[in-house]
Order: sequence, then structure tokens, then C-alpha cells
Amino acid sequence: MWRFIALRTLQAIPVILAVITITFFLVRMAPGGPFSSEKAVSEQVQAALEARYRLDQPLLQQYLSYLGDIAQGDFGPTFRYPGRNVEEMIFQGLPITAELGLYALLIATVFGVLTGVIASLRPNTVQDYVPMSFAMIGICMPSFLLGPLLVLVFGIWLQWLPVSGWGSLPGDKILPSITLGAMYAAYIARLSRSGMLEVLSQDYMRTARAKGLPAHIVILKHGLRGGLLPVVSFLGPAFAGLLSGSFVVETIFQIPGLGRFYVQAAFNRDYTMILGTTVFLSVLIVLFNLLSDIVAAWLNPRLRHQYNANGNNSK
Amino acid sequence: MRLKITTYKCLVFLLLGGIIGSLLTACSGGSSETRVEEGDRLGVLHIGNAAEPAALDPHVTTGVSESHILQALFEGLVIKNPQTLEVEPAVAASWEVSDDARTYTFHLRDNARWSNGDVVTAEDFRWSWERALSPALGSQYNYMFFSIVNAQAFANGETADFNEVGVKALDTHTLQVTLREPTPYFLQLLDHHSTFPVHRATVESFGSPSDRLSQWARAGNLVGNGAFTLTEWQTNSHIRVEKSPAYWDAATTKLNAIVFYPIDNQTTEERMFRDGQLHHTYDVPLDKVPVYLAEEPDLIEVEPYLGTYFYSINMTKPPLDDVRVRRALVLSIDRALLVETVTQGIYQPGYSVVPPDTMGYQPPKLFDYDPDEARRLLAEAGYPDGQGFPAFSILYNTLEQHQKIAVAIQQMWRQELGINVELVNQEWQVYLDSQNTMNYDVVRRGWIGDYVDPNNFLDLFITDGGNNHTGFSNARYDEIILNAAPAALNRDERYALYQEAENLLMADMPVIPLYVYQSKHLKRPSLKGMPANIMDFYSWKHVYLEPQVDAEAQ
Repeated sequence: MWRFIALRTLQAIPVILAVITITFFLVRMAPGGPFSSEKAVSEQVQAALEARYRLDQPLLQQYLSYLGDIAQGDFGPTFRYPGRNVEEMIFQGLPITAELGLYALLIATVFGVLTGVIASLRPNTVQDYVPMSFAMIGICMPSFLLGPLLVLVFGIWLQWLPVSGWGSLPGDKILPSITLGAMYAAYIARLSRSGMLEVLSQDYMRTARAKGLPAHIVILKHGLRGGLLPVVSFLGPAFAGLLSGSFVVETIFQIPGLGRFYVQAAFNRDYTMILGTTVFLSVLIVLFNLLSDIVAAWLNPRLRHQYNANGNNSK
Repeated sequence: MRLKITTYKCLVFLLLGGIIGSLLTACSGGSSETRVEEGDRLGVLHIGNAAEPAALDPHVTTGVSESHILQALFEGLVIKNPQTLEVEPAVAASWEVSDDARTYTFHLRDNARWSNGDVVTAEDFRWSWERALSPALGSQYNYMFFSIVNAQAFANGETADFNEVGVKALDTHTLQVTLREPTPYFLQLLDHHSTFPVHRATVESFGSPSDRLSQWARAGNLVGNGAFTLTEWQTNSHIRVEKSPAYWDAATTKLNAIVFYPIDNQTTEERMFRDGQLHHTYDVPLDKVPVYLAEEPDLIEVEPYLGTYFYSINMTKPPLDDVRVRRALVLSIDRALLVETVTQGIYQPGYSVVPPDTMGYQPPKLFDYDPDEARRLLAEAGYPDGQGFPAFSILYNTLEQHQKIAVAIQQMWRQELGINVELVNQEWQVYLDSQNTMNYDVVRRGWIGDYVDPNNFLDLFITDGGNNHTGFSNARYDEIILNAAPAALNRDERYALYQEAENLLMADMPVIPLYVYQSKHLKRPSLKGMPANIMDFYSWKHVYLEPQVDAEAQ
């Protein structure tokens, strides 16, 4: 197992290096620049600005010094927000986005697994069609539609919940979490339904029932463990996706999270910010993929055996 | 077996019920006092402020939303009257202007203080202006000082000695400024944030004064001389400023605090206003304006704004290099119809680059909607009924409203002139790049005034000016803008020169004026002392909150 983890960690290094390199050169190829504005500035000012951010150096040298800085954990100053550093901005937004993502994932898992399991117990009946239709709607409904709809109903008509904010008014975390979680809940519902269907038809399930075990034990203990495997391997990348993909929800609900920096940085041509957030998120994605692989191995004895066998073979 | 499944189902519903129940309990706390009501009670203003401020260093920032916060934290030599926009004494209690209108002597009030209690001196201004002009800092607004003797040379690094620049601190409370030309709008510039003083000891304690990445202007570090001090700054969340007891005119300051919310989505901002979270919004979504005007006219304010929306024409590209073609394009647009239908009747039709009533200046109306004349001109240029007119395009930055306008104009040109124009939209930075390299035929533009003077709009079109982008060049025009108007001794003489310049500009028609902007805000009735003006300028110390007790009783 440790061997597997070490191997995967080593594999991540070239991936991240590739992400840095591609991003670095791609953002430089985009027209415009961090200092272009509607109002013209003099050549002297332009030169002073470029010098301050080392943009006057040859591109390759900039690339190498960026690699050097990032190896020391220095993401550099932002172009758009003079006086603030990229890592400072990331670590300010991260806890908020992570909290939002966590709630969303919690909602998504609870509702998704429940719906999926309920639907799988009686496939192709009303008990299956109704929840699965909702799941389909959930997948199709974009958050920029669902968010304002929820706000309209619960915030403005019923006045139960604040329409925006994060942690500044009571109950303001509920609507954004639901909005962000809805789409993932729908995915999880479909995943757990198909996973459960596959497992429920297995021989060991029949054995469990034949032993005379009560139905809920059969489903919760024997069924879920195998049936939720696809969900588990989905959760890791999903959480990383929630961290980078919460831009829309953060904008609708005025949440000071990471997603907004990520997208705004691209519009602003904030080179260091684009790079910093991309690198940071790619590390997270690699990390969560690794985590979900480990959990999947723990849940599935066959996979675990495979990893160990691989490890032995390479000796 | 059947029974067991039902128990399982019961469990599921119990769980579901529990989640919904806990959700509802969490909501029950929301129906108490709104943030606005609490603000009215505590004297705290909650205001929408567009975007996360880039920085709060007055010599580094360029945005309008930053300037609103800087106006609370700092104060220049003068301040605009929020009603008339004429300058009034601020840090300078009084000033004298020499007979040749080139030398200004400012007498600073001796009770002006920094927020840490230090005295605001003439040397503070001299040092701050040296910093603002220092080439290494790269202030994008350094041209605000260029009417001062040698300021431009110093900013461009042609001289390193600031003593050669026409700024002298004669004693602790006397500042003398010498100008190249009389520059009648010079005082107007002195309440722009780029001319604000900064606290030398504070700036120096955070590294090189000319480093734009310095951290001196952050919450906890910043020392200002304005009516408010910075107490909290949470990125993308809010900025809170509180009444400064050290401010010389603290007796006038009525609010205890202002909270600025950076909200970049207008729809979100409008919802927050409706939810009672904001006293005042930065803007209003265009499609909501008619609704508010009809249903809640007390909550909305639509007022003229110092900005124009126009199209620039690339005069270097055939067939647009023919003035008859450009005239035909300009004359065939029905601005009244455009404003009424596309912008929901909110903006005013525009017939000049300078907005009307800019500090008493009225731009001449040099053309009108005249489709017959437009067709005649186009035929004269060799394209009767648009036959054989080459393909060309309108470029705009990707935004729904620009698209709507471009579609309307495309339609008008097709209908009146029989020519087809293609619409091209580009992402903001790409669009700026196309504009700067003149890689376009017709491009959407807008211009918002930095100070209230026609010069701020007309100097866009001087030959090879950084903001010209049209190829327009006229020797007499350059002479008026660069020499004759700044040297004019009174307002009437100068405005007459600007009228002449507008005649020259519109004879060549490098631009298609479309409409004049209006500022749009949602505003709670309790908010007072914030009169509308064309600069959208707020004098924070005069703003106050008056809870609407009567309205509720009725």
C-alpha cells in the first residue's frame, strides 16, 4: 500500500510540472496584458510597471525564476491587487470555498445516496422513475438558474433566508450549499442507483438473504459497501471540482471564496494569480484522486489485493 | 420481508424529515431586524461598491470603486461641493492665485491631522507628490500633475531633481505650486485621489516609497487624513471604515461607519438591496430600472452622468477613410429610437463626445438624424443604395448590452443605407488589444470623466494621442487642446475654443456619438445628504441616516 502511495506521488510531479509549463506559456499567448486598460498610459509608466513584475526579462528567464520561486512556496505578488500576494489570496479564499464545498458534498451525498438506493430497490417502477426524474432535472439545471430561483422563493418571497453572504447573517450558508450540492446530488443518485443495481444481483447478496438476515442489514451492510464504490471514486475528484467550480455560486451569493479569484484572474490577465490558482488546484485534484483511490482500495478487497500484487511484482 | 422494507422506508423518511426540520429551524432566526435597519439605528451605512478594490494606495489605484473608498480615507487640498461640484476648501483653508494665473499659494489649516494625530503639513504634500510622480512607482494617473512646471519631465525621468518641479513647501502650512499654463481646471484636479497626500513615516516604514507592491495601505497599517479610518478589509467580502476623531472637521461627520461591499454582479446587488442588506447600490440592472420607476419610484435614482457612449471609426481603412461614408453612417442612426427601445429610455441621445452641461459647457449639436442626406452622401461616395459597399464590422467587448446596441445599429444601417455590417465581440483584453493596434473598422467605446471639464473628453483626439485610436489628426485641433485652451484666461474664452474644436472634430467624424450615460442607484429613504451629481461624487462627511419612523407609523 505505501509503495502504491509513493508511486502515485512521484507520478504527480511531472503532471504538476506540465500544468505549470502549459499554463505559463498559454497565458502569455493570450492577447492583452495585466496593465492594458481603456486609458492609455505613457511608455515610461508601462516600462516601470513591467520592470516591477520582471516582465522586461526574456520569457524563458521569467519561466525559470518562476519555477525557482514556486519550489520555495512563493507564488509571487498579484498583478491586479498590488500589495497582496497570491498565496495570501488563495489561503484567504480556500477555507470558505472548502467549507462551502464540504456542505455541498454532504448534502449531495446524503440526498444522492438516499435517492439512488431507494430507486434501485424497485427498478423500473414509480419508486425508481420519480426520484430519477428529479436527478435528471438536477443534472440539467445549471446553478446560475437554480441559485436565483432558490433566492427568489426562500429569500425574497418567503423571507426565510438571506439572499447572499457567507457567515455574516444567520442561515446565509444554506442556499449556496444546496445550490452547489444539487447537481452533485443528482450525479451521486445515478451513480449509487447503478452501483446498487449491480450489487443487488450478485450471488453473495442472495446468500445473505438466504441466511435469513433482515432486509435493512442486507442492504445497508452488504449492499452499500459494494454499491457505493462508484460514488466513492467520484467523491474525490468531485470535491476538487467543487473547489475550482464554485465560481458561479460564489458570484450569485456574494461569497468571498477561491472560485471568484480563479475566474477573475483570467479576465484580468493576472499572470501570477492564474498560475498560482491553477497550480494549487491541480495539486488538490491529484491529491483527492489519490485519496479516493486509497478509500476505494480499502472498501474493495479485490482492488487492494491488486495493488499489493502490483507492488510485489515490481520488486 | 415486506414489513422489514417498510421499516427501512420509515427510517429514510425520518432522516429526510430531520434534515428538512433542521433546515427550517436554522431559518427562523432570519426574520428579525435587517442590516439596513440596524445600520439606521447605529449610524452605519451599508453600500454596494462594484468590485474588490485593487489597492487603497491613492497613487496606485485607478478605478472608480476604489476612489469612493479613498475619498473617505484621505483628503486633498480641496473638496468638491456635492451639489455644485465647485471646489471648496479642505486641507487648504484658503489659497491665492497670481495675476498671470500660473502660481497658486495654498494655506493649509493648522488643525488638519493624520489619523495617528500627526499634523498634515505642506511638506507632506510636496513629498507625496514627488512619490506620485516618481518614475519607479509608475502611477497611471501621473498625468494629473502635468500642468505643473517640469512635472512631466520628472515623471518621464528626464530630470531626477524634484526641486526643479513647481511644487514648494514655503513653510509648515504654505504650499506653492507653479503651473506651465493657467489651466483653469487645475483646482478640480486637487480632489482627485492621485493628488492626495500620504503619510511619509508610514509609507517609509513598509519599504521603498516608490514600490507599488508596498503593504502600507492595508488595514492596520494605513494612516490617512480623511474623515474615516480603515478598520477592516476582507477580500471580496467588505471594507469597513469608521469615523476618525482626529479629522479636523470631525464635528461635521455624521456617520459612525461605512461598510463597502464589493459586489461585481448587479443582479446580486439588486437582490441584496431588496433583502434589506444595502442602503445604496452601485448600479441597477438595466431591465430592472423601468420596474422600479413604475412601482417603487422612491427607491431609485436615475441622474445624468459625466460619460458618453460612442463608436470610433478607423479612418485609415477604406471605405471608411471617405468622410462622406462616415457622415452617412453617423446620420443614419436614429438615436432617439435607439435610446427609447434598446436602453429602455434611460440614457439620453448623444450628439457629441463631451456630455452636455459639463461645468456649464454646452457642446454644439452639429448633426441630426437625417437618413435622406445619409443616402445621398453614400451615393455620392460611389455606393448608391449601399451597392458594392465592402464588408466591414462593429467590434464590441462581450457584454449583452453592447450587443443589443450593435444589433440595433446593424439594423438601422441595413434599413436606411442598404449596407451590411458584421458584429464581432471579443473578450475585454482582446478587445483592448484590437483597439490599441487599430485592428478594427468600427469599435464601441465609452469615456467617463476624471474631472469636470470638456478638456477631459476632447484631449482624447489629439494627433497620435494614446486614446485616439481613430487616425484623426488636425493641426488646429491639436493647437487648441494643447496650447490655446490651457492659456485662455477665462471660462467663456476657453469654452468658445472647445466649441471650435468640436466643429473640427465633427467635420471629420472619426466618432459616432450615441448616448450620454446616466448613473442609476437604488437608495433607501433613510439615506440623506448624498445628492446626485454628474460625477457620482459623494462627500462622505455630509452623508447621514435618518430612520423612517413616520413612514412605518402611517
